[in-house]
Amino acid sequence: MSKLEHKLLNTTETVFTAEFHTLDGNGFEKAKKVADRFRGWFDGVNATDNTAAHAHVSNVASAIAMKQLGLEPILQVVCRDKNRLAQQADIMGASMFGVENFVALTGDDVTAGDETEARRVFDLDGPQLVRLMSTIKRGEYMSGRKIDPAPHMFIGAVENPGAPPFEYRVQRVAKKYAAGAKFLQLQICYHQDRLEKFCAGVRDAGLAGKISIIPTVVLVKGARPLNFMHNSVPGIDVPADQIARVEKAADPAEEAYLQTLEFAQHALAQPGVRGLHITDFRNDDTLERLMTDLGRVREITKTNATTNDVKDDHAYSA
Amino acid sequence: MTTFIATIEHVVKGPVWGCQDCGQCVLHSTGMTCPMNCPKTLRNGPCGGVRENGHCEVKPEMKCVWLKAYDRTQDWPLPSTWKDEYNHLRPPVDNRLKGTSSWKNFFTKRDRWTPAGWKNTTEEVAAQGVDH
Ligand code: SF4
Repeated sequence: MSKLEHKLLNTTETVFTAEFHTLDGNGFEKAKKVADRFRGWFDGVNATDNTAAHAHVSNVASAIAMKQLGLEPILQVVCRDKNRLAQQADIMGASMFGVENFVALTGDDVTAGDETEARRVFDLDGPQLVRLMSTIKRGEYMSGRKIDPAPHMFIGAVENPGAPPFEYRVQRVAKKYAAGAKFLQLQICYHQDRLEKFCAGVRDAGLAGKISIIPTVVLVKGARPLNFMHNSVPGIDVPADQIARVEKAADPAEEAYLQTLEFAQHALAQPGVRGLHITDFRNDDTLERLMTDLGRVREITKTNATTNDVKDDHAYSA
Repeated sequence: MTTFIATIEHVVKGPVWGCQDCGQCVLHSTGMTCPMNCPKTLRNGPCGGVRENGHCEVKPEMKCVWLKAYDRTQDWPLPSTWKDEYNHLRPPVDNRLKGTSSWKNFFTKRDRWTPAGWKNTTEEVAAQGVDH
């Protein structure tokens, strides 16, 4: 059982997950640096699958690297680039290396990326992919062909509480729950009222305690990324007063941090919320500050000590 | 004959519902809105990219297909069984049926076929999960 699964199912502890950085050239060196920053803070780290429709080191390779570097990966599987056969191969491949957490999402369109001429696949959609994961977990491929032994899997999905049609988002959660999702990472939402309604809706739908909600907060340095998300990322709306608050502050970097902290505390107070997902665009000491301000104590043990403390060949053995 | 039916179906459903000839029609369960007009061809509700004004992530000039489907399911006088089906998990598209008549596939029940793995993962099984 993965640590994330154990904490969510067997304890009442708050969990923290994070987005791993995208890797390109010199990927493993970069992965080591990120791992050194993340190690001990997070219960799971998302191995992203071509985020925003840009090609990078694959989700499976990132997840394996994380394993070797002492992080617990959450394999993100997106529907945009691969058909059901390739998705099953990725899930099985990652699971061969001990990856146990999986999260299914539809994914941004190819038009969000830098190769907009590419073919969009979307052979399956998000909820169908969740059910396919449940099928593999049960010990069968989509076709019914047996997988013996079946891989151990902890399955999650993603939902956006901040995009219309708001009331319907909860029904989509119910659908994903019925397909086998046990946790739900949320897209960043800068409207607190929408998050409140969403979480209350999930509770009222009778899903409290059945699916763990993990909202996202983003660490940014100033107003520019807020403006970018607002203007260029469909599905994310940042209210003008939230942007102005950072823009007009005497110390925008500090204000941006306080804003993130506020959103984090607000999110954690909602019903059904079991943790937070953190996307760090700052790459500075505010990651540690945020975790500390939220009451998290870094878990550094012998087995996950930083790669600098141990000989390389040990550090990479999972 | 089969081609003939497919042609009639296309002529009727094309202009009215924007039919994409997937051969496994779910119009009745999606507020008479063809989900194959969603640029991501999603069969189970809107993606996370719906814009603030309800328009599509991919085609900003178009209202999200799933918003339209949702509104129509609420507002149109459709049979309640159809409305209920809106929330059902629709199975993956069977790509072999593309271009064939969904009317024929409906009557022969060919459109109800799903792969064994999918079929065996019932909602009860999926929601409970299995432990190894
Ligand atoms: S916004 Fe709506 S129509 Fe556009 S891709 Fe997403 S679900 Fe499909």
